[in-house]
Amino acid sequence: MAEPLLALDDLAVHFKVGSALAGGVHTLKAVDGVTLDVKPGECLGLVGESGCGKSTLALAIMGLIPPTRGHIALDGRDLAQRGRLETARTVQMIFQDPYASLNPRQTVRRTLADPLRIHGVTDRAEVEARVVDIMAKVGLRPEHADRYPHEFSGGQRQRIGIARALILKPKLVICDEPVSALDVSIRAQIINLLLELKDELGLAYIMISHDLGVVEHVSDRVAVMYLGRIVEQGGWQEIFENPRHPYTRALIAAIPDPFHRAAVSARAKARGEVPSALDPPPGCHFHPRCPLKADICVSQDPPLEPVAAGHRAACHFRDRIG
Amino acid sequence: MTLIPIKLMPRLRGGTSLWIGGGLVGLAVFVAIAAPLIARTDPVMDANLMNAEIPPGWEFPFGTDAQGRDIYSRIVYGARISLTVGVGSQILNSLIGVSLGLTAGYWGGWWDDFVTALTNLMLAIPSLIFALAIMAILGPGLSSLLMALGLTAWSYSCRIARAQVLSLKSQGYIQAARILGYGDLRIMFTQVLPNILGPLIVIATLGMGTAILSEAALSFLGLGIRPPFPSWGSMLSEARDQINTVPWLSIFPGVAIFLTVLGLNLLGDGLRDILDPQSTTRRS
Amino acid sequence: MTADSLLRVEDLRIALAGDRTIYNAVEEVSFEIRRGEAFGLVGESGCGKSITALAVMGLLKRPLSLGGGKILLDGEEIQNASAARMRMLRGSRIGMIFQEPMTALNPLSPVGRQIAEMFVLHQNAGWSEAMDRAEEALRQVRVPSPGRRVKDYPHQLSGGMRQRVMIAIALACSPELLIADEPTTALDVTVQAEIIDLMAELCAAKGTAILMISHDLGLVANMCKRVAVMYAGRIVEAQPAEAIFAKPQHPYTQGLVDSLPRLGERSRRGQQRLREIAGVVPSIQAYPAGCRFNPRCPRASDVCLTTAPAITPLPAANSIEALVRCHHHG
Repeated sequence: MAEPLLALDDLAVHFKVGSALAGGVHTLKAVDGVTLDVKPGECLGLVGESGCGKSTLALAIMGLIPPTRGHIALDGRDLAQRGRLETARTVQMIFQDPYASLNPRQTVRRTLADPLRIHGVTDRAEVEARVVDIMAKVGLRPEHADRYPHEFSGGQRQRIGIARALILKPKLVICDEPVSALDVSIRAQIINLLLELKDELGLAYIMISHDLGVVEHVSDRVAVMYLGRIVEQGGWQEIFENPRHPYTRALIAAIPDPFHRAAVSARAKARGEVPSALDPPPGCHFHPRCPLKADICVSQDPPLEPVAAGHRAACHFRDRIG
Repeated sequence: MTLIPIKLMPRLRGGTSLWIGGGLVGLAVFVAIAAPLIARTDPVMDANLMNAEIPPGWEFPFGTDAQGRDIYSRIVYGARISLTVGVGSQILNSLIGVSLGLTAGYWGGWWDDFVTALTNLMLAIPSLIFALAIMAILGPGLSSLLMALGLTAWSYSCRIARAQVLSLKSQGYIQAARILGYGDLRIMFTQVLPNILGPLIVIATLGMGTAILSEAALSFLGLGIRPPFPSWGSMLSEARDQINTVPWLSIFPGVAIFLTVLGLNLLGDGLRDILDPQSTTRRS
Repeated sequence: MTADSLLRVEDLRIALAGDRTIYNAVEEVSFEIRRGEAFGLVGESGCGKSITALAVMGLLKRPLSLGGGKILLDGEEIQNASAARMRMLRGSRIGMIFQEPMTALNPLSPVGRQIAEMFVLHQNAGWSEAMDRAEEALRQVRVPSPGRRVKDYPHQLSGGMRQRVMIAIALACSPELLIADEPTTALDVTVQAEIIDLMAELCAAKGTAILMISHDLGLVANMCKRVAVMYAGRIVEAQPAEAIFAKPQHPYTQGLVDSLPRLGERSRRGQQRLREIAGVVPSIQAYPAGCRFNPRCPRASDVCLTTAPAITPLPAANSIEALVRCHHHG
């Protein structure tokens, strides 16, 4: 078995919010005890709704937010012991909004060349060669190099964002909703590009998305997050064809797809809304919305237990669903 | 800020105010640079009591003062001092204000609290009183004038820089720079600063007008530029007692100050329309 | 014109005033919605679907203006109606829901009062009666403990709750038409499913027709009986919802249907490369001549470069008219 590229062990990120003068200090448990790993060349899909903690998790993995508890090991070494530049050369990120994620005052060339210089590539010819090379890989023409972001369409801007994430040759790329801000007719181009690059460069991805169709298409394994915790994880086929957590089932049932109209079971749908992470319900966080709720769900927090090989679910009724 | 001319005027269209302001400021800059060529006499040395207090006319277009010096030539040379004070003090103000505002907004924490408190303190003290105190310690002269005006009015650019950084900090490209391993200072100067220059230039331009007025006020009080060197403010100061008997001594420096400050304010206003992202006239 | 026609849009043209020229942001748009029918208008950003809805509501603002065509509500031409008449129609006969409810709700007024206002303004109800009915309206949109919620201000509610309040306001006076512009785009997926169900259920109960506007073809096809697809200011295809997925006729619709990964697809066919639509969405200043899809179309021929295709009626299924606008459809 391959050594994991990224290993999270009981990772927690808590924030203090509010002030002692106005209403008291509360603890926001954005990420609360996540254990996960990503192997080299693998794509892990990370699914969840707003406030589930997936963005905080991404920032913690890149070393931008210190963990409150637990460990992050990148390439076999603890993140805390790695330098800022070393981490940058291992893990990078692709952003959701292709408009806000590019500096409007920098040309494409500068956006791509500056990081190389910061990382000690000073030879002009080498910098130029790497810039041209990565631009070709993401489908940009050489004459695009001296243009500014506003001269590009949304899809092309996302290509620039992908090139920037890959210029330092990272092993792991976190894709945060990489297509949801793009025009519908452009999304397929970007998804295809991401998959091609993964094969060509041997990249590992963490694909954060609420679009289950995209996640199923690109992921090898999938983790489902709800209010800071992972409620189910497993191989893509297991998760989508045999989901064992009611929340995963609710997510799938919520997809409007005319071909599946008959298959959508009204019983699987979740009620109400995601509660505030500041004040999560006791026991299983999902119980107020769950169609299977019983007394034990209010009093006891279900652990993430195996249901099949490589498939785990955090539900008291994990063996009765399916 | 003393933007009285602007407030009294109906607001001009962005383009018009930019051109009128640019024209007035351009004229002042031209006069200052070309002073030796367009002045008719030496502003300090060419005193001639035979010509004292001649009203404006063919020989002396703006008249002469009690020492018989040509007012026109003194105003032409005075432009140098007024513009030097305006530009110099604003460079100093911007350097201080932008460095404090950028770092406070970006780093946050105790440094932000400290800078915010300092800014509020500076805003609470009338800057002219502060400048008076500095002038009293350093004594009159151009360099102390620059210090007095350059150290006392940075709170505006500091506030603007801080607010802009706070709004930019969550933008994807700032995050991306951190993830790529950019250092904090590099992010502030290559990623943040170029994107907030617009409003800062506007503030600096408007501040120049204020500084020129402050120089006039300080010189008027006898703490600015010392006679016999001509600054518009010191010329007004000298003319104070004769405003009824020899009015041209105060009218022409007053008009020069008015037109230059008006020009700077119009220019700042026009620049804001072009550079401010929130401005409605800007096309996306 | 059928007897039960509620809204009929004929040859609508919306003009966009540019620096020197006037562009047609929308042109040759015609459609009809029957009483109680759910009709979907689908397209990407900038295709003109939202401004078409604004035109129907009489809310076009400079630089947009009505360039031509007719809008008939229940047989009455409303394209030139006075502002006062349109205000009366909006609220009492046409309800509206927008993407971001926070911008449509008054932040300084309790939500119950905002609902009650509709009864006071449009049905001459007294305030105390109106407040009782507002509470009932909140119960209908399944806001928990409506008696307490009527006093809440919009910022105290979650996004989903705010959208429920918007629905309550829009449906307060039982309008004949509900216009919903991306009503769930800002919401979480599980909440989106609930809001869509709620809208469909309430409209069915009140006999309200829906004009649903969205970029999400799946969502619209799920909710609406008939769907029209817009591209670059024109309707390129209109079909019954089932047919638009099963037998799309226009190459653009076919591209949309094929290019998105759908759940279950990978198990059936393996991880295949998605079919892409080449190129980019054209901007309004640079609409191509002829068929506006021609630079991106795999079937484009010489005629597509020069001549805009006319409307071709398709065989009607279940008496629902269908049309396509393509030289090489099928």
